[in-house]
Amino acid sequence: MGTVEERLGEMREAFRSGKTKCEKWRRSQLMALLALVREEEEGIFSALNRDLGKHRAEAFRDEVGVLIKSINFALSSLKQWMAPKSVKVPLVSFPSSATVVPEPLGVVLLFSSWNFPIGLALEPIIGAFSAGNVVALKPSELAPSSAEFLAEAIPRYLDGAAVKVFLGGPSVGSQLLEQRWDKILFTGSPRVGRVVMAAAAEHLTPVILELGGKCPAIVDSIGSSEQKVAAKRLVAGKWGPCCGQACVGIDYILVERQFASTLIDMLRRTVKSLYGDSRNLSRIVNRQHFMRLEGLLKDPSVSASVVHGGRFDSDNLKIEPTILLDPPLDSEIMTEEVFGPLLPIITLEKIGDSIAFVRDRPKPLAIYVFSNDEALKKRVVAETSSGSVTFNDTMIQFAVDTLPFGGVGGSGFGRYHGKFSFDAFSHEKAVMRRQFLLDFPLRYPPWNETKLRFLRDVFHFDYFGLLLVMMGLKK
Amino acid sequence: MDGDGERKGEFDGKAAAELVGELRQSFWNGKTRSYDWRTDQLRSLARMLVEKEKDIIDALHEDLGKPEMESFIHEISLAKDGCARTLKELKSWMKPQKVSTSITTFPSSAEIVSEPLGVVLVISAWNYPFLLSLEPVVGAIAAGNAVVLKPSEIAPATSSLLKRLLPGYVDSSSIRVVEGGVPETTALLDQKWDKIIYTGNSKVGRIVMAAAAKHLTPVVLELGGKCPVVVDSKVDLDVATKRIAVGKWGCNNGQACISPDYIITEREFAPKLIEAMKSTLEIFYGKDPMASKDLSRIVNSNHFKRISKLLDSDKVSEKIVHGGQRDEQALKISPTLLLDVPQDSLIMTEEIFGPLLPIITVDDIHQSFDIINSRPKPLAAYLFTKDKKLEEKFVRGVSAGGMSINETVLHITNPGLPFGGVGESGMGAYHGKFSFDTFSHKKAVLRRSFGGEAPARYPPYTPKKSRLLKALVNGDIIGIILALIGWPRA
Repeated sequence: MGTVEERLGEMREAFRSGKTKCEKWRRSQLMALLALVREEEEGIFSALNRDLGKHRAEAFRDEVGVLIKSINFALSSLKQWMAPKSVKVPLVSFPSSATVVPEPLGVVLLFSSWNFPIGLALEPIIGAFSAGNVVALKPSELAPSSAEFLAEAIPRYLDGAAVKVFLGGPSVGSQLLEQRWDKILFTGSPRVGRVVMAAAAEHLTPVILELGGKCPAIVDSIGSSEQKVAAKRLVAGKWGPCCGQACVGIDYILVERQFASTLIDMLRRTVKSLYGDSRNLSRIVNRQHFMRLEGLLKDPSVSASVVHGGRFDSDNLKIEPTILLDPPLDSEIMTEEVFGPLLPIITLEKIGDSIAFVRDRPKPLAIYVFSNDEALKKRVVAETSSGSVTFNDTMIQFAVDTLPFGGVGGSGFGRYHGKFSFDAFSHEKAVMRRQFLLDFPLRYPPWNETKLRFLRDVFHFDYFGLLLVMMGLKK
Repeated sequence: MDGDGERKGEFDGKAAAELVGELRQSFWNGKTRSYDWRTDQLRSLARMLVEKEKDIIDALHEDLGKPEMESFIHEISLAKDGCARTLKELKSWMKPQKVSTSITTFPSSAEIVSEPLGVVLVISAWNYPFLLSLEPVVGAIAAGNAVVLKPSEIAPATSSLLKRLLPGYVDSSSIRVVEGGVPETTALLDQKWDKIIYTGNSKVGRIVMAAAAKHLTPVVLELGGKCPVVVDSKVDLDVATKRIAVGKWGCNNGQACISPDYIITEREFAPKLIEAMKSTLEIFYGKDPMASKDLSRIVNSNHFKRISKLLDSDKVSEKIVHGGQRDEQALKISPTLLLDVPQDSLIMTEEIFGPLLPIITVDDIHQSFDIINSRPKPLAAYLFTKDKKLEEKFVRGVSAGGMSINETVLHITNPGLPFGGVGESGMGAYHGKFSFDTFSHKKAVLRRSFGGEAPARYPPYTPKKSRLLKALVNGDIIGIILALIGWPRA
């Protein structure tokens, strides 16, 4: 295997060789990645089942399917992304041309999280390879089967000198962070995000931090047929992705007091119909998180607010979909990211109060709003801040290649997906080209009043005045 | 009444926290978000640049001995241009950007909405103390943020001018200036900002980023580096030397992050280059450059000593082929050329940031690329050549923040080009729309209707749903239709 330094040395050498720069290499890697995801589907499903009890359909929908879509998008866009972009040149700089040339940053480090351990490991690689970088991947040790799968499958499909998987826990992570990288993309908790950024600061390494937050779903009063659809989307948006253990999953719901019971009824019915069979739900990743979630209900005023569910199966690390109605706002379940299958519902006098409620809290990765009220929707966009806002659906913004995926404030900074992935791992180099012809002596010292006047005209874009001076008709 | 920074040394953590709190309140009240507020501020700043031109030029002269022309071209005009251009384009920049959506989310509509980040900290540098303060502030305001500006204490006249002038032109509830040195900057860096932009050296850049890490604050670091100039033998030597000279000594006497730091040229060509450069220098600055009014002085005695040290190294002083005069009293060093100093000497490992220009020779001009690539990536790299092939190799093979071919420095005046570094020379970029973007959060907004339901998304998971999902994911219309009508597909 080699030490971290040795393997990093190989990667640097691979980058220096220049092979990642050509489109052919990048395309071949993307195709190989596509082959990996398609051919190793069963292996991926097994790993996800072992790590999280994830149903194959969920695994396909949230991880494999998303990857296939993203790789195809990158393949069809690669040429365009790689092309230098011409930029307009102000007449003042005539004659010259200006372009922005994207170039790879070099050797990038990716930290992926445990909840979408295949998807969140491979999606950044799509961007990194498209942009011509070499990659070190540190998958989360909390999803060990997936990590091992990646360590075994990646060298079989991809260029082994250009991508290396580093298995291990925090100590391996620390060793990696001691090195100098050209970029780091980290998906995980704010606590570790701080550690990553502080380590990156030593080497002036730019970072992207994909963190989390408490993503609210604001549910307005809507027609009854729409309620059915909304309920499905809400339930699927809470418990569908890794049983609530998702950074863009719904954390809590805001609803007007008068509609709370209708909503709860609908949610309960929908939960029964979608997740009556618990095999359709992922399990909690490990005992530590299981106990953390149990702990959220310890407070008697919180457990008293449970209106559905609440059963914990500690042998199988499964928690049934649990709904709470108005737990105290200062309880841990309402101050910390839940990241599990507990869904607090907070009632408000009027739905408009949800704006202030959300604004008073750290900026989340996503805000969901179910409403037909255009004024409310406008207010949410204008008066709240979040990574994204999705109206009348949940989770799906993650799959839109043309939308940036990233946080703001406490939910992180930087973004990727689609072209944003390519950009995330590129340096946009400004290039200006001039000829030797047509030089203006008035640009140079020694300075005098004439030259000063000339330059005043130039900067006022007073081309006529400029012309006169150049022709010697204006002094 | 604003008490921050008025009594030096009294701007501590408490004062910093109060300041940020005030500005955050102002931001939350929505003051800075309207188009009108933003354009009002920008118009006032533009007015200030006209009304106070003389004060600005005087302050720059006091701080740096900067010739009036340089102050006018580099600081005032570029700042004016920035304001004017921003005013012209702001409305369109503020518009949400519609993006296309695919069949996977049909029916839906999506857009990217720009919103301000909140309260931004601008830490400026001493060499273009006015421009490097104003330009980022203009960008932050354009994006709708509240701003605190911390000008460099090494340019004290400009710093106090900014402190004095700004309240008379812009809205003090949302835009403030804090003067001071390390203690004040530290107090500011301890606070939680929504973005920090720092212009300066990489040592302090690391400190800024480490402080930002505590609050998960994104940063833009505009640092420096040794900007190389590769001079091929196929050039118009007269024009080349003029453009190199004006980018070197015409930019604050070499004290600029994008100034040519050193030249690489072919051994055989070097004597011609040196002769041409000498004669250009004489045209620009006369026979006695120490008496020329067209050169900035060295900013202070610390930097004078630092630059002197570069010259005084063994094996370096004997390589001087032109210039080398020094006047510590007047803080002047004459334009100095050196030939083939050792590559491991201090003058070739540290950023010079002064009027010394080492020339390194190689046998073949193509070797210059390896020399550049073996060093940290600079903020700018320059090439002079008529050879198109060499030009392409350079653009493809050398990494730097930005590049100019057959020119120096000017690429940063094009508002359509991003200005920023890579690697050791920094991260992030600004200027023009890039400023607006860097101080904005680009929020993804997806709108769906209640129709267009895809039951394939939900449990119970059936083989038919799997097929449909696969087809949806592949954007495979035929597959979707077949799956919907229940046709199995391999």
